[in-house]
Amino acid sequence: MHVYANPARFLKIARPLTAWLGWTGAALIAAALAWGLFLAPPERLQGESVRILYVHVPAAWLAMAGWSGIAVVSLMQLVWRHPLAAVAARAIAGPGCLFTAICLATGSLWGRPAWGTWWEWDGRMTSMLVLFFLYVGFIALAGAEKEKGGEGRLTALFGLVGAANLPVIHYSVTWWNTLHQGQSIDFIRGRSSIDASMLWPLLASALGFSLLFGAIVLMRMRAELARNKVEARLRRMAS
Amino acid sequence: MNPWPFIVAAYALSVAGTLALTLWSWNAMRRAEAEADALSSRP
Repeated sequence: MHVYANPARFLKIARPLTAWLGWTGAALIAAALAWGLFLAPPERLQGESVRILYVHVPAAWLAMAGWSGIAVVSLMQLVWRHPLAAVAARAIAGPGCLFTAICLATGSLWGRPAWGTWWEWDGRMTSMLVLFFLYVGFIALAGAEKEKGGEGRLTALFGLVGAANLPVIHYSVTWWNTLHQGQSIDFIRGRSSIDASMLWPLLASALGFSLLFGAIVLMRMRAELARNKVEARLRRMAS
Repeated sequence: MNPWPFIVAAYALSVAGTLALTLWSWNAMRRAEAEADALSSRP
């Protein structure tokens, strides 16, 4: 990771990677969503409404993966003072917040036909809403700290502390009696209770959204690095 | 209850949100990098 502490070296890799991740992700999302909408079968109990799975689950995974990424780069900033860590954390927060909002909205749209309710204050939904507020708080704090010329250490601390909500989200369906269904895919044991005809479009959609998420993060990092370069240059010209 | 309006709304929201953020990020990156390039090429 320290190899990429140099922004020039990072940009040399990020430039071609942005386009590759973006176009591959977009193509995969288009194929996976068409697969999920028109080719995957309806579910035995939920019927057609199960198709919301192909957008809801990738959004939920990315919401949690986004904060995991923020926690990792926050640790890198606090321990090693990695110069790109704060830039990466700020770049992840925007798409992470968006996918949390998409997860909450699509979950609500799925809940109405499946459970007969838009919202229930159960463990999974409430902890996901807490994650959304954490993202909003992180974005506000990071913006304020950057404006004041800070190093972003307080924001990094917030990113680390906020990671305590991730196990709560993950185990909420186990710890509490909840309306939300339990875990269907166990990546650690390599088990899934979802039929292959629904699992493959789900995995394709998750991979597509993940690649695009990566492209968005790289675009936002490149934008911030370019803005920092302009600010530094203008300061040098003024002095 | 007909589930299709809910399915269409969920897909439309997800695609529109993702597309909007992608285009916004791409545009912000292009503008910032063009500004940086223009400034560094100035004598």
